[in-house]
Amino acid sequence: MHIPDGFISMPINVGAAVVSVSACAAALARTRAKMGDKQVPLVGLTSSFIFAAQMLNFPVAMGTSGHFLGALLAAALLGPLESCLILGVVLAIQCLLFADGGLLVLGTNVLNMGVVGGIGGWLVLAGLRAILPSSRSAFLGAVAVASWASVMLAAAACSAELVFSGVKPAGHVFSAMLGVHALIGIGEGLITTTVVAMVLASRPDLVAQAPRLAGASP
Amino acid sequence: MNRKTWTFVVAGLLLALALAALVSPFASGDPDGLEKVAQDQGFIARESEEPAWKWSPWPDYWSESEDGLPTPLRKAAAGVIGTLLVFGVGYALARLAARRRASGA
Repeated sequence: MHIPDGFISMPINVGAAVVSVSACAAALARTRAKMGDKQVPLVGLTSSFIFAAQMLNFPVAMGTSGHFLGALLAAALLGPLESCLILGVVLAIQCLLFADGGLLVLGTNVLNMGVVGGIGGWLVLAGLRAILPSSRSAFLGAVAVASWASVMLAAAACSAELVFSGVKPAGHVFSAMLGVHALIGIGEGLITTTVVAMVLASRPDLVAQAPRLAGASP
Repeated sequence: MNRKTWTFVVAGLLLALALAALVSPFASGDPDGLEKVAQDQGFIARESEEPAWKWSPWPDYWSESEDGLPTPLRKAAAGVIGTLLVFGVGYALARLAARRRASGA
């Protein structure tokens, strides 16, 4: 879902960049206030895993591929603001070194995938956790649904920007974008749930959003 | 930070490097969701001919080049370089932010 330069109008890019930079700055301020020794290398690890996994495009439908996003994985392991920062690092390096996603539109890409995907997905996860029992399987189910939702929210944000940039009418863009990303989101759910289950099995204390699961005491 | 955490981080980084080096050359080359929608709905041509940033050393993860190296090898190398760089930048940012707290600033 990396938007190239040219799709989105400049006022939207500027506004999105302001929001994205603010979110990343807030994440750094929060890091200063409360990040523990354990989390510092975990920021590097989560960023690098997301970068590597985003390279693995999988086929979803005739002639279309999708790839991992990782925003909900980062939000589940470290928190919603940290997810914005991590996606910011990944997207900036993809843009500058690998020409994946435009530079003028970088703030918009961070807004969609980091801010909307990460914070939006985290809100879905928090909502599901509030109504589900606090068991390991319920948590993993919530992670699966929230990661699917994070992809849909990011796709909806991208669609809205395309519509407001005058690219296409809303009726065309939203249905096509949400339709294909509903399939890509299934891959997102499978990957995120597998990775979170692996971390829960080996280092449950590193899953920030699962503090009260059985066996997950730090 | 204790040794257990470092073991976990090194194991995770090795997994990421393995994905980038060994799996990414075989990833699907089909357009992704947004690209496909842009093609189907005819707005793919809006992509700027001249990107604002034209100094990417390995565009498209080094998948096209005329140096005679096999494409899978180049893509694996791009994946390894990117994975290590992203780890370094993410770690350094978090370390710098956490250190400012430690020094009381």
